[in-house]
Amino acid sequence: MRFYVQKLMFYVVALWAALTLNFFIPRWLPGNPVDILIAKLSAKGAVTAATRHALELLLGANSQEPLWKQYLEYLGNLAHGDLGVSVTYFPQTVAQTIAQTLPWTVALIGIATVISFIVGVGLGQLAGWKRGSWLDNAIPVTTMLQAVPYFWLALILLYVFGSLLPWFPLNGGYDVYGATPGFNLDFIGSTIYYGTLPALTIVISSIGGWMLGMRNMMVSTLSEDYILTAEAKGLKPRRIMTAYAARNAMLPSLSGFAISLGFVVAGSIVTEAVFSYPGIGSALLEAVQNNDYALMQGIFLFITLSVLGANLLVDLLYAFIDPRTRSRS
Amino acid sequence: MTPVLAQGPDTVVAATKRAGVRQVLPSMTPKLASGLIIAGLVILFGVIGPLVVGDPNAIGDVGLSGPSGTHILGTTQTGQDVFSQLAYATRGSLIIGFIVGVLAMFFSAFFGIVGAYVGGFLDDLFSLFTNVMLVIPGLPLVIVMSSYVQQKSIYLIAGVLAVTSWAGGARVLRSVTLSLRNRDYVAAAKLSGERTWRIMLVEILPNLVPVMASQFVFAIIFAILGEAGLSFLGLGASGALTWGTMLFYAQNGLALRLGAWWWFIPPGLLIAVFGAALSLINFSIDEIINPKLRDQTRSARKRWTLSEEQLKRVSVEDVP
Amino acid sequence: MPNYSSNPVLTIENFSIDYMAEQTVHAVKNVSFSLGRGEILGLAGESGCGKSTLAYGVTRLLKPPALVTSGHAEFHSREGYSVNLGELSGEDLRAFRWDKISIVFQGAMNSLNPVINIRKQLEDIFTTHRPEMGKKERRELCGDLLERVGVDRDRLKSFPHELSGGMRQRVMIAMAMALGPQIMIMDEPTTALDVVIQREILREITRLREELGFAVIFITHDLPLLLEISDRIAVMRDGEIVELGEAVELYTNPQHEYTKRLLSSFPSLTGDRGDFIRSGLLTDRDGVTGDARRSVGAEPDESGGTERSSTT
Repeated sequence: MRFYVQKLMFYVVALWAALTLNFFIPRWLPGNPVDILIAKLSAKGAVTAATRHALELLLGANSQEPLWKQYLEYLGNLAHGDLGVSVTYFPQTVAQTIAQTLPWTVALIGIATVISFIVGVGLGQLAGWKRGSWLDNAIPVTTMLQAVPYFWLALILLYVFGSLLPWFPLNGGYDVYGATPGFNLDFIGSTIYYGTLPALTIVISSIGGWMLGMRNMMVSTLSEDYILTAEAKGLKPRRIMTAYAARNAMLPSLSGFAISLGFVVAGSIVTEAVFSYPGIGSALLEAVQNNDYALMQGIFLFITLSVLGANLLVDLLYAFIDPRTRSRS
Repeated sequence: MTPVLAQGPDTVVAATKRAGVRQVLPSMTPKLASGLIIAGLVILFGVIGPLVVGDPNAIGDVGLSGPSGTHILGTTQTGQDVFSQLAYATRGSLIIGFIVGVLAMFFSAFFGIVGAYVGGFLDDLFSLFTNVMLVIPGLPLVIVMSSYVQQKSIYLIAGVLAVTSWAGGARVLRSVTLSLRNRDYVAAAKLSGERTWRIMLVEILPNLVPVMASQFVFAIIFAILGEAGLSFLGLGASGALTWGTMLFYAQNGLALRLGAWWWFIPPGLLIAVFGAALSLINFSIDEIINPKLRDQTRSARKRWTLSEEQLKRVSVEDVP
Repeated sequence: MPNYSSNPVLTIENFSIDYMAEQTVHAVKNVSFSLGRGEILGLAGESGCGKSTLAYGVTRLLKPPALVTSGHAEFHSREGYSVNLGELSGEDLRAFRWDKISIVFQGAMNSLNPVINIRKQLEDIFTTHRPEMGKKERRELCGDLLERVGVDRDRLKSFPHELSGGMRQRVMIAMAMALGPQIMIMDEPTTALDVVIQREILREITRLREELGFAVIFITHDLPLLLEISDRIAVMRDGEIVELGEAVELYTNPQHEYTKRLLSSFPSLTGDRGDFIRSGLLTDRDGVTGDARRSVGAEPDESGGTERSSTT
């Protein structure tokens, strides 16, 4: 129990750090983002004093209010879910924009990463088990695929499978003309169709890393004493490979999975750029291009929150699988 | 992208006890040789290339054209020679990669090793800081930070990349240092009155060299890929020529759609090739860190003097 | 006295094992002996002499580049049939394992799977070898096994790292007994434990042996320990058995030079300080025969009548 409380506390601290970072970055860097933002907003409609104040809290301004007071008000606003108004999607609020785009990203990236992890670790398990097999030699090849810049590979694949051989659509999240959003088969089918190529590029570029890590750990684990005990017990090879070897070998990969979640989110930004996918990464890029600071900040915050949440989940899962962690703290 | 070092700290320490320099160096295998040669060639290209090729920014009337006698890799849509651009871009990317590698290594060494060795409150503080930095997503942070600054230099990009990439390495170094700290020879040194910094330098650091080398190589790969990604998104170093910015211009010039493969493919290919070469080097370093990997590869098994028939018999008996 | 010549449970003939690397190492050279039903045979020798390699070779647990180059081992079941251990393969080998011959590894070390609990590790023996057994019956039996070795039943839900070294060793013994094997090979089962626990474990082993009647091959470097519990002792050196005889005989009248040296290397509880020699034994160090005590650079003692000599 103490272990779980400790973990939770850590994530609370990390969250606080992220919020504080979000508060200070616009204030540390040069420029006066509030004025720029107000100017843009005015072009689209009247700006109330309340909006201005909210933006100042978010981004900092030459006001007389002491910094710590601003900080507390900022935290208060966040607690109410007020992230400001978006320039790009005016008059939508930042919160609304995020709510709209987030599910797309989570679905695509989440599914692709999980597939990559499971298949990669599974293949790595087999590669490590059958020592000296051809699969072993395939590993350097798949790992070198990782050195390929993701977007370059994605663009080439898009060109080949979207233009040359028009098997997949070139952009978008679903067929805007053909299907209407909702829980109908058309829509769901359409999203899967549009999501396949992006997901495929993610899997191809990241699977090598999982394979390598898992295979290395399997090789280490197989020389442990308890594997010899399992063999002497006459257990079926399958059981030894899974319950004895893989279960132990998987542990570092699992913690690596948590770390990679941060990279996954980063990767989603590039993926969505290449495929014009309507997720939160695309929104972030548009925000940057339009100097839509409020939206940018809001998205950063949200991305951080999701990564923290995912990390927490993986940490808990790890503790479940490796009983030693629970007693270690 | 996943960290290459997905292993426990005990494998690291088991391999490199009080090793002399010779034991720490990897044995020359085909993998290592090809990695070193390829990486070496690319570096050579980046160093010498810009001294021999023409002006990469010189515009010409010829427009988008394929490889020919005058332009080995063709031209961009403004008539610039792609090959010259590639040489300068190589240099630019290598500079960024190297700076980030050194900075990241320094940060991770400081927060990882010092904290773990000194222990107590400092260790808790450093460790907390490292974990928080690890968990806050890197690229979004980089994007947000660089969006506030309009004119970005190579050094700013390198700095920002370094700041977001040291945390993973620091965590690994910390766990390795923790297990090294409890070794007998360290206790002996402490007992005989050696100063803390000296113990760290003489007893602990040499054992960390393979891990740090692996992290350095990995940081370079990460930096080059990261810079490429940033540039592709339009957030890269303005005015500088790197593999990433070349791809950005190529994409903006619709190179792929227009079929101008000579513009789009080479920069990406060089990234891939250089990255692959570095990965091969990293493999060899991995094999020092974990000698069991070395013994089980196909080439290692060939060194056994079992006959064909004996080998067959043995592999049937093998439990898997 | 179990009759190893007329009714053996295991016969090993001309068994040789080599490590085939750039320089071939002859780990076991032409070893032959037989094991009687219910006998405790001690296998003694210093580290690297090949005793564990021999045991793994016989039970087909060797990994390349180790290879059995000659000889054969035959198991004679009390049910009347015999099995050539070298000819078993695949499913037959797997089914044979643990059922007739089981091994007790050093439990204090890493021999138990750290991520699954004790119950699962005991149960998977039964799910593999006795699949017809019911769930409830299986669980009962696992609890019984633990109690038999003196471990409390509700330790079933514990994980290996939650148990002490002595308890882990008992769990290993319980595991080895699970299918009622006819031979138990024990590879340094008490080496990493402190002497008090060691004694308890040894008592446990002898008690169980009397109850269940299995034969034991006890591998260790600790010769005095073997003198306490074995019926016969085999001394190994450099891959060969240099002496094999009944325990008492070996102790009082060792034949081979190496045996004598081994026996004399263990410090004695009695005698002057600095004496590294057991009383009542010959040493080849000073070339003196007879029942004499020799000290190695010790102080003169009051009992008188003993000769001093220094080793130079």
